[in-house]
Amino acid sequence: MTTTAIGHNTHLAERAYRIRRNALLMGEVQGQGYIGQALDIADVLAVSYFHAMRYRPAEPEWEGRDRFMLSNGHYAIALYAALIEAGIIPQEELETYGSDDSRLPMSGMASYTPGMEMSGGSLGLGLSLAVGRCLGLKRKGSDARVYTLFSDGELDEGSVWEAILSAAHWKLDNLIAIVDVNNQQADGPSTQVMAFEPLTDKLAAFGWFVQRVDGNDLDAVVAAFDAAKSCPDPKPRMIVCDTKMGKGVPFLEAREKNHFIRVDAHEWQLALDALDAGRTA
Amino acid sequence: MSRPTPAPATGAKPKLKTSAMIASIAGEGQRTKAAPFGNALVELGKSREDIVGLTADLAKYTDLHIFAKAYPDRFYQMGMAEQLLMGAASGLAHEGFTPFVTTYAVFASRRAYDFVHQTIAEENRNVKIVCALPGLTSGYGPSHQAAEDLALFRAMPNLMVIDPCDAHEIEQAVPAIAAHNGPVYMRLLRGNVPLVLDEYDYSFELGKAKLLRDGADVLVVSSGIMTMRALEVATMLERDKVDVAVLHVPTIKPLDTATILREAGRSGRLVVVAENHTVIGGLGEAVAGALLRAGVHPPFRQIGLPDEFLDAGALPTLHDRYGISANAMAASIKGWLG
Repeated sequence: MTTTAIGHNTHLAERAYRIRRNALLMGEVQGQGYIGQALDIADVLAVSYFHAMRYRPAEPEWEGRDRFMLSNGHYAIALYAALIEAGIIPQEELETYGSDDSRLPMSGMASYTPGMEMSGGSLGLGLSLAVGRCLGLKRKGSDARVYTLFSDGELDEGSVWEAILSAAHWKLDNLIAIVDVNNQQADGPSTQVMAFEPLTDKLAAFGWFVQRVDGNDLDAVVAAFDAAKSCPDPKPRMIVCDTKMGKGVPFLEAREKNHFIRVDAHEWQLALDALDAGRTA
Repeated sequence: MSRPTPAPATGAKPKLKTSAMIASIAGEGQRTKAAPFGNALVELGKSREDIVGLTADLAKYTDLHIFAKAYPDRFYQMGMAEQLLMGAASGLAHEGFTPFVTTYAVFASRRAYDFVHQTIAEENRNVKIVCALPGLTSGYGPSHQAAEDLALFRAMPNLMVIDPCDAHEIEQAVPAIAAHNGPVYMRLLRGNVPLVLDEYDYSFELGKAKLLRDGADVLVVSSGIMTMRALEVATMLERDKVDVAVLHVPTIKPLDTATILREAGRSGRLVVVAENHTVIGGLGEAVAGALLRAGVHPPFRQIGLPDEFLDAGALPTLHDRYGISANAMAASIKGWLG
């Protein structure tokens, strides 16, 4: 199996497989992409879009939707893959990924893509924007939630901690933040670039409801999202997801870890084959 | 670079001291109005429930405390965190609110530049950034002197840039920028703000430069407090039979090129651009570029802050030192006329 799932979460495993497949197809179009990250976060996106979140595929701006904010804009390939699977972006548009005049640029931007709620890419922006969205939703009396995904490397940014402090100050219980701890950033393993552990203790001390799970264990991720939604405390919620770069494609999982995993031209098909093999295993 | 040891104070003239942060920019005996921004925002807030106020620990120093007192549930204290401030304002705007965000100009422009760029300008959110201590209006030294705020914000697409002159103009600019759907940066004069333009039958219009007085010898093109200075200079130079016109350009971007070209194109006048800003990248170079591109070539001079880190000290001293006081400006213009 690509990812662990038992009981009623098997449908999520199929969603996660299709998100990974979409991402690989886009990577093949461009000949490159942040595929290691897309594969590691596919399970979290499957749970977000097919278990936790409320939205209308035909109406991406629907006022009652939960907002999904992608802070790490280079994960756009993963989010496009999920938005395609969710029916917000047509499947055939995948062919345009990263091309001139495409709605699917390499780094995610709000004005380009339906369902893209922010312009990320300059790392460390997302949580601050999410704080504003949460304050705004509360002002409007909306019960919609804000989900925001950011990467462990972004923990180096001071602005992230400004937002962490303020989300607790404002008791933003409508905020569910997800940090992808794949322990990889541009210059090396994140924990070596700038030590951020013990992360859950730090976040709890900042006043957050914190859970830490294997981000590639669908049952665990589902349980964490459920607990984040049902927690009665007036606190923002953080789900720390430990993930594996290249997850679901064994030869990419085993490849030397890099922020930008090298995939040779002939390997895209091999990766798709490996993904399929995992699906039917 | 070390500074020379100052000589002990001697003689009758008292040494001027650096003013406290809360000090007014108004000269002695000048007519003023208290907190025009804060009061105008409270007034506007009566009919515009979408307006919210955010600050980064500077409500009292940007007159936003008046809004906070009138509408406590519409005020967000974001702490001393300018990046968060800008991001959160963008998020609130995305949810349909109209945030007025205050801090000092140095922090908005230098500390939070990328956040303004990405979360507000690039996303084209309806956020109004209103900042105290623009240009050289603090004696604290470079940490608080936003000599380059206009250059930085002019370079940002989508962002409208406003440099109002006085209390009269600020009162009118607040509803005008709120009515504009898009991001705006506005310089703020806070506390007891000089009142000047009410005597000139003047009304603020977004994007419009206005001729406040005509004159045959010199055309001063100015914004912000330098328009107030230019009007003083025009009166001073009447005694020397120098006839000075003053064109006030409160909207730095988009620039009212048509009016500037029309006035600068009238023959026989020295054109002097005066700004409370470094001579790099502000109104002076914006006007120069517009003139060059249009093939309009009058004699041209700039009055503005030099390209250096400015001294700490008392504002009147510093304004004299850097040539933006009325006296220094009058002397410069007389020198150029020969």
